[in-house]
Amino acid sequence: MIAQVPSNLTELLRQIIGYIYPNEIEIHWSILIVVYPYLTGLVAGAFILASLVKVFNVKEVQPAYRLALLTALSFLLVAPFPLLLHLGHMERSFEIFLAPHLSSAMAMFGFVYAWYLMGILLLEIWFEYRRDLVVWGREHQPPLSWIYRALSLFSTDISEQAVAFDRKAVRMITIVGIPSAFLLHGYVGFIFGSIKANPWWSSVLMPIVFLMSAIVSGIALVLFLYMVITSMRNEPLDMKCLDKVASYLFYAVVVDFSLEALDFIHRLYQSEESVKILAQLISEKLFTNLVILQVLLGMLVPLAVLVAARTRRANPDLRKLLYFTSAILIQLGIFSTRWNVVIGGQLFSKSFRGLMAYKMEMTGLEGLATSLGLLIAPFVILFVLVRLLPAKRTGEAPVHPA
Amino acid sequence: MNKREFLKKGAIAFIPAAAVFQVLMRQAEAGAAGAAGTAGSPTPGYEPRDHWYGMGIEVEKCIGCNRCAEACKAENDVPPEPFFFRTWVERYTVKQSGETEVECISVDPRGERKTQDEREVLRSFFVPKLCNHCAHAPCVQVCPVGATFTTADGVVLVDSTRCIGCRYCIQACPYGARFFNHRTNTADKCTFCYHRVIKGLLPACVEVCPTQARVFGDLRSKASRLVRFQRMNKINVLKPALNTEPKVYYAQLDGEVR
Repeated sequence: MIAQVPSNLTELLRQIIGYIYPNEIEIHWSILIVVYPYLTGLVAGAFILASLVKVFNVKEVQPAYRLALLTALSFLLVAPFPLLLHLGHMERSFEIFLAPHLSSAMAMFGFVYAWYLMGILLLEIWFEYRRDLVVWGREHQPPLSWIYRALSLFSTDISEQAVAFDRKAVRMITIVGIPSAFLLHGYVGFIFGSIKANPWWSSVLMPIVFLMSAIVSGIALVLFLYMVITSMRNEPLDMKCLDKVASYLFYAVVVDFSLEALDFIHRLYQSEESVKILAQLISEKLFTNLVILQVLLGMLVPLAVLVAARTRRANPDLRKLLYFTSAILIQLGIFSTRWNVVIGGQLFSKSFRGLMAYKMEMTGLEGLATSLGLLIAPFVILFVLVRLLPAKRTGEAPVHPA
Repeated sequence: MNKREFLKKGAIAFIPAAAVFQVLMRQAEAGAAGAAGTAGSPTPGYEPRDHWYGMGIEVEKCIGCNRCAEACKAENDVPPEPFFFRTWVERYTVKQSGETEVECISVDPRGERKTQDEREVLRSFFVPKLCNHCAHAPCVQVCPVGATFTTADGVVLVDSTRCIGCRYCIQACPYGARFFNHRTNTADKCTFCYHRVIKGLLPACVEVCPTQARVFGDLRSKASRLVRFQRMNKINVLKPALNTEPKVYYAQLDGEVR
């Protein structure tokens, strides 16, 4: 077989700054591996937002509850694909399930993912929608009614007692689901944080920072989707719900920012062997992505916008605009966060003497086009899911305008 | 069937089953070792458990001729590009100003040879690098499917028939000793020329070194050259703080080397 050496590697040799180990020229984890934690982060965040409704009885968020669950599902379904496409041997990927090497953090992926998808999310959605599925199965014509019946797993009982059991089940699953969502994304952080060879990654805070940024991005996404979908349907936005979600978003960003600042200050103050090369990494390779996109536009500006929306007693229309702006900026910021962790961690040599360069492919399997496809796919799935499983409960009064 | 009977029958069935299992395991182990090496079977009577391999490198003896890196590429069919190496040689130049310059003498993208002004140079030396075959290898720890493993004789190998190509091991190696082989789409690295070693031969890089800067040997044999090397020299390993317990031992290693 002829070697398919990426053609740009020779070109990259000229872009090295300082000294790197010769094998380090190739950036092994590409933009696909940036997309992966971004997607799982959205899943975990959206789920945690949904959980607030059930576990902590936050009534205001109820209008966004089902949307949050379906969002989590859509993104979770796509999440393994960037990993799969990245493998050198996709056909062997099932080995990770069949013959996991138990000391490997990555080997746990199959279990964590399967548990979260099947043990938590699908189960919760099923119990949440079961009564409605039965009703829709009766109301609609075939073939739609068949789909609803199949989705309800052919259950028919919609008595008070059965529905009460559903509610109880949802609550129980959510209680187990919160630590599971923490596990899902904290675990992704652990994959990076446990690599002692890489000082940019190796940090005990990594899983927690991943988790908090996941919550931030998930809440911002649900806020964004709730505004877009409701407006598309020409339905009024529930301002109480929006205000509440935005306030959670504000607190989540504050905690996330504090944690990342702590991590940064800690590294700077400890000033270990790697501090010089990491400083060089930030100033020469990551300045735009880290300082401008991640911290300034992705955190500080949205924080200011959210504060403005709360304190200035802005009218609802202005508040909507401010929330919408901050939700988009936050997505941008969290994507940059993932980029800076994944790609940034591979841009400096483990000899601590030099910097590499990453040239993103445009059309290849690990390129920009694939990544965009993977980022759009969840929205397509969500579109179908929202059509099939409307957020409005059967027999429920229409949503009141704020 | 009562409990006693069940246990009796179970035991009767279990003992031959365990024996068959053991034979299968042995075959699988031998198969894995065979798959990892490129060719050949070990010398008759070779028992991996009796050996524990390592390498010694005498920094002052290295003249930077690069024969080791070339021999390795030829012996192991390493991709020819100047950024895939199982072993390579670094040149260190510590200047009067305290600044240290490093270059990999095998990589020469611009085709130019740098010469230093002698008056500026404080000291200069060559350091051969390769996989450290760590006793506590992070690459082995992180491999999600166990395709990277340590043999009973202490060599870290990649089973290219099982590697899924996730590259986690490459990220976990602190020494940059691994690369991604685009022919096999799997991780690749130094094997200590395992296919030669189990036949009683030396690794190719050791074989060709004109100054005997590289010493290969068995740490379990008191008569081995490596044990003598360890006895005669002050020894250091790379990045000891990471607790990877490397089995490539350097004599006269400068503190600038990472």
